[in-house]
Amino acid sequence: MTIDFILFLILALVAIAAALGMLLSRNAVYSALFLVLNFGTVAVFYILLNAPFIAMAQVSVYAGAIMVLFLFVIMLLGTETLPPSKSLPWQRPLAFILALILAGEATYLLLVRKAASGPIPQPVDTFGSPQAVGQALFNSYLLPFEITSVLLLVAMVGAIVLTQKDKGK
Amino acid sequence: MVDVAYYVALSAILFTIGALGVLIRRNPLIIFMSVELMLNAANLAMVAFTRVYTVLEGQIFVFFIMTVAAAEVAVGLALIVAIFRTKHSINIDEMNNLKG
Repeated sequence: MTIDFILFLILALVAIAAALGMLLSRNAVYSALFLVLNFGTVAVFYILLNAPFIAMAQVSVYAGAIMVLFLFVIMLLGTETLPPSKSLPWQRPLAFILALILAGEATYLLLVRKAASGPIPQPVDTFGSPQAVGQALFNSYLLPFEITSVLLLVAMVGAIVLTQKDKGK
Repeated sequence: MVDVAYYVALSAILFTIGALGVLIRRNPLIIFMSVELMLNAANLAMVAFTRVYTVLEGQIFVFFIMTVAAAEVAVGLALIVAIFRTKHSINIDEMNNLKG
C-alpha cells in the first residue's frame, strides 16, 4: 500500500460515489452538481497520470462550460423533477441485467489481460506539459485542430438555428 | 504510479454507471449527463494508456474528444429546448412521434 495507491483508492471511491449520486438523484440540479464533482476527481486523475494540460481542459471545458450549459437549460425549462409516468414495467430489470452483463464482460477482460501489465517506464519531465501538447497540436495535428474550429462554428450555428423562434408563422 | 489495470477498472465502472443511467432514467437531461459520463470514462482509460506507453498522441486525441463533446452538448441541449417548445414536456416516454 503505497501513498499513490491510497490516493487513487480515495479518489476512485469519490468518483464512483459521485457517479452513483448523479444516477440516483431525484432532482436534476443535484445530478448536475454530482457530475461536476465526478469531473473534478477525473481531472485529479489526469494530473496523477502526467497530463496537466488535459486536466485543465477538463476543468474548464467539462466542469466549467458544459455543466454550466446543463444547469442553465435545467433551470430554463424548469424540469428539475419530472412527474412520474407509466414506464414499461420490464424496462428497469432488463436495464440492470444489461448493465451487469457489461460489467461482467469488462471484469472478464481485465482478469484475462492481467498478464500484459508490467513495469511502467518513467516518462521525461516535460511529458504531457502544455508546451509538449501545444507543439504536437500545432505541428503534427494542425489540420485536425483547424477542422475542430469549423466543427465548433457549425455547432454554434446549429444551436442558434434550432432554438430560434419561427418568424414565418 | 498505480497499475494501469486499476485505472481501466475504474473507467469500466464509470462507463457501466453511465450506461445504466441511459437505460433507467426518464429525464433526457440526465440521460445526456450519463452520455457525458461515458465519454469521460473513455477519456480516462485513454489518458491512462497514454501514460503507460508514453506517447503523446493519446492526450491529443482526448483533447479532440473534449471538443467534439462540447459541440455535441451545445446541439443536443438546443434540440431538447426545441422539443420542449413544441411539446411542453421533455419526458422521454412522450417523444414517440416524428411529426414534430
